[in-house]
Amino acid sequence: MLQRIRVFFAERNVLEVETPLLSHTSGTDPQLAFFTSTYETPPHSQPLFLQTSPEFAMKRLLAAGSGSIYQICKAFRNGEAGRFHNPEFTILEWYRVDFDLAQLMSEVERLFDILFDGKLNAPQRISYQTVFKQYTGLNALIFSFEDYSAFVKHANLPDAISICGDSHALWLDFLFSFCVQPHLGANGLCLVYGYPACQSSLARLNAENLLITERVEVFINGIELGNGFHELTDVAEQNRRFDAEIQTRQQENLPAAVKDECLLAALENGLPDCSGIALGLDRVLMVLADSPAIADVLSFEFSRA
Amino acid sequence: MAVYSTNEFRSGLKIMLDNDPCAIIENEFVKPGKGQAFNRVKIRNLKTGRVIERTFKSGESLEGADVMDVEMQYLYNDGDYRHFMDQNTFEQYQADAKVVGDAGLWLKDQDMCTVTLWNDAPLAVTPANFVELEIVETDPGVRGDTSGGGGKPAKLSTGAVVRVPLFVAQNEFIKVDTRTGEYISRVKE
Repeated sequence: MLQRIRVFFAERNVLEVETPLLSHTSGTDPQLAFFTSTYETPPHSQPLFLQTSPEFAMKRLLAAGSGSIYQICKAFRNGEAGRFHNPEFTILEWYRVDFDLAQLMSEVERLFDILFDGKLNAPQRISYQTVFKQYTGLNALIFSFEDYSAFVKHANLPDAISICGDSHALWLDFLFSFCVQPHLGANGLCLVYGYPACQSSLARLNAENLLITERVEVFINGIELGNGFHELTDVAEQNRRFDAEIQTRQQENLPAAVKDECLLAALENGLPDCSGIALGLDRVLMVLADSPAIADVLSFEFSRA
Repeated sequence: MAVYSTNEFRSGLKIMLDNDPCAIIENEFVKPGKGQAFNRVKIRNLKTGRVIERTFKSGESLEGADVMDVEMQYLYNDGDYRHFMDQNTFEQYQADAKVVGDAGLWLKDQDMCTVTLWNDAPLAVTPANFVELEIVETDPGVRGDTSGGGGKPAKLSTGAVVRVPLFVAQNEFIKVDTRTGEYISRVKE
């Protein structure tokens, strides 16, 4: 699998890069818990963070004029262990300069076609709004507590009401995870694009509809394999989202994040128009090997590491 | 009592849910890459035996339940209550028909069984997987029949009725699987 990926990108003149796993700064996303370690130079010491993804460092390379790049590396997410999660996992992340999201989706489809020897069903592209409506009958973009509550009662998932309350983003996470995602990509690639703005993360907003973002997620057999964006290049908007996330972290008593000023400086300097995506390679391997659990495709999963 | 977070939910853990003692059967971690983590948990209500599925936000916690399984000897039935004794502590416990449930069909005086205690009171009774009981009532056997054929009902000393092969006679002892209620074999006295 790794060899095929490297050949795939070599043929397309995408440069393989390597960036630090340990960084002075951390991600700010309140949903991603990072590992903290300490760099000791007595009498001084300073915290260093293990990356939750190579995104920031790769964007700094892009801003420095690297052109299209890819990386295969480890990423670390604290507290994530389960059938589909291991706190240390392998990411394939790549960025294509001057690609919009549609071009990136085509490249993802081509890559999977090669990795799966053409044995997958024809890929499907569907908007978040459409697929959400299809399986829940609800409007994903406009939150209605009454409609959403009525649906979960009917679907025998009433816990959602107390868990999600009046948070639109939480409701979408819940409903998508339990009612939509399991149906996606039966033995084929399913690309869901046009995520609601409250799930935007590092994607830019859609030029025509500010309620949706230029974000895509990749699924096979109901398993989330990757997440891509038409990247946000607006430094002011990025700074605003960082600050909002740092504030959320404070409110929820999560470990404080250290804002990546280097990334902001790089954006200031100018990130080229580009699209990028990260795939969880362990999960791709799970699908390739038809394994029920991520532990089956790891040499030593977390509890035995 | 200790409090357990969703991260500690393991199969067999006993927790309190909606004021009832429950056991965790299965716990699946569900998390979108860029979103909230949840735990989808399969839980058995130890009072009713019903299995339900519940969803929690990861990190939420529930109070543990003071539930334990104790090997006890069944002593006797006084009409309202059945009495059991923990042979290590010699402490005696009584349980009504609601708690004993179907286990009552397989309990013979002096037999060992498992009593589930919640806050030191019997919550459920589980008989041994195999018990040996006497047939007190069944139709006479038919000569030449083997165990292959249809069989006939036989009433046991505890009140249970099981299907036995035609050659098995009244006052004989048989071995029964209490999980399925099926006849296993005759027992030589």
